[in-house]
Amino acid sequence: MLYFGEQELAAILLSLKIAIWATFLSLPFAVWVAFLLVRRRFWGREVLNALVHLPLILPPVVTGYLLLMFFGRAGFAGQILNDYFGITIAFQWTGAVLAAAIMAFPLVVRSVRLSIEQINPDLEHAALTLGARPIAVFFTITLPMALPGFVVGAILGFAKALGEFGATITFVGNIPNQTQTIPSAIYGFLQMPGKDQGALTLVFVSIFISVTALLLSEWLARRVQKRVHGQ
Amino acid sequence: MTLNVSIRHQFSGFNLDIAFSAGSGVTALFGRSGAGKSTIAQAISGAFAPTEGHIALNEEVLFSSEQRVNRPAHRRGIGYVFQQDLLFPHFSVQGNLEYAQRYGRSQTGTTNLSEILDILGIDHLFHRRPAGLSGGERQRVAIARALLSNPSLLVMDEPLSALDDPRKAEILPYIERLRDHSQVPILYISHSVSEIARLADQVVAIDNGRVIKTGSATDVFADPNIVPQLGLQSAGALLTATIEKHEDDGLSKLQSASGPIYLPRLDAEIGQSVRVRVLAQDVMLSSVQPENISALNVIQGRVSAIKLGRGPGAIVSIESAGNTILARVTRRSVQALNLEIGSSCFAIIKSVSVAPNQIGRG
Repeated sequence: MLYFGEQELAAILLSLKIAIWATFLSLPFAVWVAFLLVRRRFWGREVLNALVHLPLILPPVVTGYLLLMFFGRAGFAGQILNDYFGITIAFQWTGAVLAAAIMAFPLVVRSVRLSIEQINPDLEHAALTLGARPIAVFFTITLPMALPGFVVGAILGFAKALGEFGATITFVGNIPNQTQTIPSAIYGFLQMPGKDQGALTLVFVSIFISVTALLLSEWLARRVQKRVHGQ
Repeated sequence: MTLNVSIRHQFSGFNLDIAFSAGSGVTALFGRSGAGKSTIAQAISGAFAPTEGHIALNEEVLFSSEQRVNRPAHRRGIGYVFQQDLLFPHFSVQGNLEYAQRYGRSQTGTTNLSEILDILGIDHLFHRRPAGLSGGERQRVAIARALLSNPSLLVMDEPLSALDDPRKAEILPYIERLRDHSQVPILYISHSVSEIARLADQVVAIDNGRVIKTGSATDVFADPNIVPQLGLQSAGALLTATIEKHEDDGLSKLQSASGPIYLPRLDAEIGQSVRVRVLAQDVMLSSVQPENISALNVIQGRVSAIKLGRGPGAIVSIESAGNTILARVTRRSVQALNLEIGSSCFAIIKSVSVAPNQIGRG
């Protein structure tokens, strides 16, 4: 009943590749931004907060269109990348990584932020009074203690990146073997007669990956929680 | 070691304007909750910058609004023990202690791990995790951790206030040992009269954002004018004595400059110097040598001050061979006994009225 043709397999592998890259791309920025939002008071903090949440509330197709305007061959950043580095990301799998990372970003920031908010700031001050520099405090106290939030954030981000459709198809299109992810393949198959089986296969694969990711995140978060907070 | 602090800061509805110095030994910052003590501690440790002021430790300027200096917390060399223990939960006890050794200032030989573990009695906890320790054990580990960073000054901000009474009683002797065996000067912040009476060498009393009295612990506790701040129930002068003998009937005989004192059996060695806070309300006065009374301790002296309260009470200060005893009696009794400054007087103290937590190592 399930059918794994060349196009289906290519879509699955590409989706996994894009989602993994997107997760690794957004995680460090998300940690940094979450830390700034929780622990620092600076001018423009509210603006940063709104900006972070923008991909969550904008229609994905709008985000994709903005990416195209900015990173497209004629866009400001797209031109610089093309002229100086010879890199094009619009209509490439790398563009899909960028789109997925941006769409996943707010989710990752939210869960990292929640876990940093749980940390008593006095613990960080205690580490400072012991002589640790702020950067060392971040890596030895804040980061390890917020680890459960990172795990959850990373897996949520991964799942979101895997399912991202609107911004991706707007920014990089739906080219089989190049930019066709699972969601865009399902969409494409549904437009063509006789491709129902492929669509159904990919639907099952999506469900399988998402549920596995969710269970894995729960299990990992519990383990890490235990390790970090003892008992 | 000298710590010089002078801070001015305006909070909504509250002005902090404070100046004091602290030397070696234990300097206690005493005041009621909300008197501004913790704000001062935070300013010293670098967690908070007051609008105006100057903070210097051994000639090193840590904060100065005038010179625009505000040294960050991690470069102040000030160990800090908080109200809660604040051990890092993701490290073992050993990990917590090693953290301080790793990031603290280089060892100069004054702080030695095994010595500190021994003073605080935590060697057996070395491999445990903070979550599995009792509140008192955790706080002792936190103190050890602060010491291992090799600080020039240890600030203890209400270190016992989160613990219940039995835990406080358990940990106080360790802090006394720390005071007697470690070279690190301590700024001890507390609202508890009994903790201050046991631990402090010097006292800086604070009320409503101002310093109201500074001096040696003996002098401050012997001042009748400080009684309202200490609280009528807990005010009392400190009497210094040495344990001479543990007697068969469960009493300990102590020798003081004012004569022998009998107290319920003390858990301390013979020859040990102790200081006893004699609560003013437990002291009875007599103008003649009392006879046939059950109280075991009668101390002869002269009245050095009489402070009449707004109500029916009065605080009488009695000077006896260098010791001072405060007695809280009624104004009526002051008149009936004809007490005046300079008149001879006997202070009567029941042995059983002195509770174990009023006795500290001298």
